[in-house]
Amino acid sequence: MEITITINGSDHASDVEPRTLLVDHIRRTVGLTGTHVGCDTTSCGACTVLMDGKPVKACTVLAAQADGTEVTTVEGLKTADGLHPIQSAFTDDHGLQCGFCTPGMMLVGASLIAENADPSDDEVRWAISGNLCRCTGYINIVKAIQTAAARVAESSNGS
Amino acid sequence: MAAPTTPAEIGGIGHSVQRKEDARLIEGQGNFLDDIDLPDTLHMAILRSPLAHARINGIDSSAATAIDGVLAVVTGDLMDQHGLAWMPTLSGDTQAVLATDKVRYQGQEVAAVIATDPYIATDALEHIVVDYEELPPITTPQQSLEEGAALIRDEKEGQTDNLAYTWETGDQGATEEAFAQADRVVTLETHYPRSHPAPLETCGIVADVNSVTGQATIYMTSQAPHAHRTLFAMVAGLPEQNIRIVSPDIGGGFGNKVPIYPGYVVATAASLLIGQPVKWVESRTENLISTGFARDYYMKGELAVTDEGRILGLRVDMLSDQGAFYSDAQPTQFRAGLFHVVTGSYDFPAAHINCKGAFTNKAPGGVAYRCSFRITEASYLIERLVQTAAYEVGIDPAEMRLKNFIQPEQFPYETATGFVYDSGDYPTALRTAMNEVGYEDLRREQAEARAEGRLIGIGIAHFTEAVGAGPSRTYDIAGLKMIDSAELRVHPTGKAILKLGVKTQGQGHETTFAQIVAEVLGIPANDIKVEHGDTDHTPYGLGTYASRSTPVGGAATAVVARKLAEKSKKIAAHLLEAADEDIELASGVFSVAGSPDRSVTIQDVALAAYTNLPEGMEYGLEDVTYYDPPNLTYPYGSYIVVVEVDPDTGVWEVQRMVALDDCGVRINPMIVEGQICGGLTEGFAMSAMQWITFDDDGNCIGANFMDYLVPTAWETPRFELLATEVPSPHHPIGAKGVGESATVGSPAAFVNAVIDAVAHLGVRNIDMPVLPDRVWAAIDAAV
Repeated sequence: MEITITINGSDHASDVEPRTLLVDHIRRTVGLTGTHVGCDTTSCGACTVLMDGKPVKACTVLAAQADGTEVTTVEGLKTADGLHPIQSAFTDDHGLQCGFCTPGMMLVGASLIAENADPSDDEVRWAISGNLCRCTGYINIVKAIQTAAARVAESSNGS
Repeated sequence: MAAPTTPAEIGGIGHSVQRKEDARLIEGQGNFLDDIDLPDTLHMAILRSPLAHARINGIDSSAATAIDGVLAVVTGDLMDQHGLAWMPTLSGDTQAVLATDKVRYQGQEVAAVIATDPYIATDALEHIVVDYEELPPITTPQQSLEEGAALIRDEKEGQTDNLAYTWETGDQGATEEAFAQADRVVTLETHYPRSHPAPLETCGIVADVNSVTGQATIYMTSQAPHAHRTLFAMVAGLPEQNIRIVSPDIGGGFGNKVPIYPGYVVATAASLLIGQPVKWVESRTENLISTGFARDYYMKGELAVTDEGRILGLRVDMLSDQGAFYSDAQPTQFRAGLFHVVTGSYDFPAAHINCKGAFTNKAPGGVAYRCSFRITEASYLIERLVQTAAYEVGIDPAEMRLKNFIQPEQFPYETATGFVYDSGDYPTALRTAMNEVGYEDLRREQAEARAEGRLIGIGIAHFTEAVGAGPSRTYDIAGLKMIDSAELRVHPTGKAILKLGVKTQGQGHETTFAQIVAEVLGIPANDIKVEHGDTDHTPYGLGTYASRSTPVGGAATAVVARKLAEKSKKIAAHLLEAADEDIELASGVFSVAGSPDRSVTIQDVALAAYTNLPEGMEYGLEDVTYYDPPNLTYPYGSYIVVVEVDPDTGVWEVQRMVALDDCGVRINPMIVEGQICGGLTEGFAMSAMQWITFDDDGNCIGANFMDYLVPTAWETPRFELLATEVPSPHHPIGAKGVGESATVGSPAAFVNAVIDAVAHLGVRNIDMPVLPDRVWAAIDAAV
């Protein structure tokens, strides 16, 4: 079936099998491999992308369901102005080790701070509770998301 | 902590340098196994046994083969024609690659489909018909060793029962004597349950064998690419010079990516036969049910103690559940890994350890899940046992430990089982952690809470690890000595490339190993590229597991950098027209003793190494070192956990977790603390929720992340970290390794805390995971 998805600002029209998972479409057809697969049961969140601004787990969304939507993957976080604040905060606060969960974590974090300018420790933990990390113990991920929120708030106050 | 000796812009040891590997990972530009997309790649899917024990009477793959897009269905018979139906394990056993006679566990590999598309390959599995004749499954090692139990390994010559191995160590006579002297014998029987490392990235391979040239390029999620190259050569009979293993970015390993799995062998054979690249990436369920489980030790520990709480001796009987094949990844001469480090942090003269393992109808594995070969089980047992002894003798668990610790002046200390601990100050570590947590006040609060009917528990674990295998006289895997290597090339512009035998899976080698070179030569860490994981481009090594990267590969890095420093001094002397012995090197500046204004930089020297040398010196500034460590290193730590247990539900919550780690010199404190937080989380996971179990039919319970519970950010406690720094005296930079300490040490602290909350009721043991219903049942049985 014919679908068109706007991925990171570019339209991608394709003819897909109805059963094609969004994550496979993004990785194999579109060729953006920053979105990872960790479990295929919606449990780990490594495949998280933003669909019309909301985090979804792309291993349990059909590509067909994403027809007509705007999808943001980790490759779309950086803009002409440079890294997204969530990206630099993950580096600064050592919020990643192996980096496999990181794209999903950053997208959930970016979505959270777009809605909540000053999330508490518990609010961040709840927001990322659908995303597993086996390396960090989450502490620095929580910190990085809060750092990014503070930097966004600071730059918008300053502008 | 010692202050860094280099300025921040050089970023030597002790600086929390930001990680170089982050740049690609935060932009989605990492290169993980499944991201590799070679032209004409075929995809493999594996048919696995739904039964735990069954004879295979036949396999009909004709319908699957007829599907459009399917190129081949590989069965055990086909593999057998090439001598590859079975393969050796890392413990000297053999393991089925694809089953030919029987299936021996649920999830065992039976056939593989090679197709043009992964969806088609998976579809085709449904069309393979296997005629199974069910056999009764054996699901516990106790059943397995009963008289008359069905023989699981009937194919194995000379095997007449289900015993996988026996092993004992220590001095039985001296231990019996110690027990005869004791006022009392304290006993603890406990099970360290089967667990799975479950890195977020599953295992996988892209095998690309060129049928014309014979070149085999094998991309693989490998923690040990060089060892895997040699094993591939040995098992598949491929010439080793034609095998190139590339281990790309690895999404966590934790021991899961040490073994060679059947899927790797089948994919490589398929690529060889078809002449196209073959990719296989496990699903999460495949990962959990078939690859590399860990633990599963049934342990009985006995301590001989005096009425004053002095430990005289230790006796341990251990029975391990090995699954269908004995495939522990461990040094050859140790049949139960380094479990004999079970004497822990305590000074007593006698121990005797008796181990045996049994085959069962479960997946094989026995990998060192974030630990140095069974040290986690050992550390857990002794720390639980010492806590139990404290209750029985009637002294405080902290006091019990302080009374029996090896004292700082006793190092190097030889344990009753033959380890020689390098260095430590255990009393300072424990007292520092106790002060931080407010131990005395907590004990008062505990008593007050108890009077109100609330249950507070304080759990301690003081662990000592034995990591960094290891000295060649003692340690090998499959005959390969456990040395490791580093090759350093300094380019004419003063930038450098460091090539390692070890391989990161998220530990940050690209940053920390550059820091070691920066410390020695003064080349900024950011000017040093670290290459690893590609066997064509790095020197030989045994890989990254058992916390061996820093103790062995890090030592090699320091030594090779020092070799280049020596040559550099001679070049500097030439440039400065001074005597070699008058040249001093600090933070990349070579100066003449007594005339600090006469100096050249490492960058000047690097250029001179290719342009302006002293008479008779060979051009270039590069070298390679193979490091054979003189001893293991022995990191340690004192962990204290405070929990509150709900007496009505058995639910427990962590109130505080104070973790003091001493891993010797810290190369990058930020990365060290990151590793500790991750390790504590995995320790918490095992104590609270994470386990693989089976029903009576041998069905694996825990086959996906809905049944196999790993903690999310919501459940994970907060941690308070502390440090002391007693360097390793034999390691070139005094470092000991840290990646596994917290996973080794913390489970006992969490469990001891829960037990401590209910110990006054007489509860002495609750097996991990300490699930609320188990706590509730223990309370219910006690009152």
